[in-house]
Amino acid sequence: MTRLVNPLPALSDGGAARLPRRLLLALLLAGAAGAALAAGGAPAGLPLKAGVFEPPRQAPEFALRGSDGAEVSLARFRGKVVLMAFGFANCAAVCPVTLGTLAEARRGLGPAAEAVQVVFVTVDPERDDAAKLKAYLAAFDPSFVGVTGAPAALAAMRRDYGVTARRQGTGNGYVMDHSSSIYLIDRAGKLRAQMPYGHAPGDFVHDVKLLLAS
Amino acid sequence: MSSALPAALSTDSPAAAARPRLARAPALATLGLALIALATLACAAFAPIVPASRDELFEIPHGTWARRMAGEKVEILPPTITLTLGLNDVLLLRNADEVPQTFGPALVMPGQSFRLPFAVASTYGFACSAHASGQLAVIVEPHPAPGWATLRWRLRRLAAASRR
Repeated sequence: MTRLVNPLPALSDGGAARLPRRLLLALLLAGAAGAALAAGGAPAGLPLKAGVFEPPRQAPEFALRGSDGAEVSLARFRGKVVLMAFGFANCAAVCPVTLGTLAEARRGLGPAAEAVQVVFVTVDPERDDAAKLKAYLAAFDPSFVGVTGAPAALAAMRRDYGVTARRQGTGNGYVMDHSSSIYLIDRAGKLRAQMPYGHAPGDFVHDVKLLLAS
Repeated sequence: MSSALPAALSTDSPAAAARPRLARAPALATLGLALIALATLACAAFAPIVPASRDELFEIPHGTWARRMAGEKVEILPPTITLTLGLNDVLLLRNADEVPQTFGPALVMPGQSFRLPFAVASTYGFACSAHASGQLAVIVEPHPAPGWATLRWRLRRLAAASRR
């Protein structure tokens, strides 16, 4: 004798009565599917506002002429957090904003600012000698140190940090088109992070405090 | 009267009682499916999005430099990247190749990653030597509001995932 199997168990006698319960189950499953679309889990922690390098590498060392008359190297500032920017004194837009931001960040740090050194590396050694850099930087914060040197040495340094700089225009009125991130180097001389242009002073204060504490 | 009718035609018989229920079954099933679809859409539109990770990862695979040296055109980063605040607002660039790579705004060493968070919805432009234009644009959109914006975000993510 052939045993018949009902292909629609839900619709057999009494199935219609059970349908709401099955619908409820299906709705619950649908809810779970919708929730699964969101994908559960905790968001990753982001300790710094800047872009973080993992693992950090030793910041490329250099030895160039400083606006304070002494040779500037990273080793000279070991034990401090170094905020390093690339630019030029004739820059009309980006560099004044960057340096103004860093000056305000230093003021915002209070006594901790003593453990921070801002270094401004020129991408325009033709016009930016040590004296010009000193006068230019003093308008923002006299503690800032400028760096200049031979064009080849500065080009090598830019290559080491992934900085781009390109001369635009001719004559004395030329400008330098350059990348505008600020590099954050910790007390041990490791390149920890890179802050894109446009961040508020408070973001630097936040990150520097974390780097000083680490 | 009814007892005089054949059992198959009698409305009192169990088979006759089941017939209207069976006739309603397709309509109920359709209604059920419609409700399920509606519930899924409502859930996708109004359930808060809790991402497993806010990282939007781009990786330079091992051997990329060798392929480029062999004359192959290898594009890793699209010219424009779209992120959403609170959901996928961290650009994670990883270099799995053997040589340093300028990757978006950063020079990334072999085996190193660069994790760049965004906190403000805006369009960001970066110098990027990896692109022919020399520019990388990152569009950071605001967190989608519950409802249509959330649903659209989820559908867009699903579409992007299906393209991969």
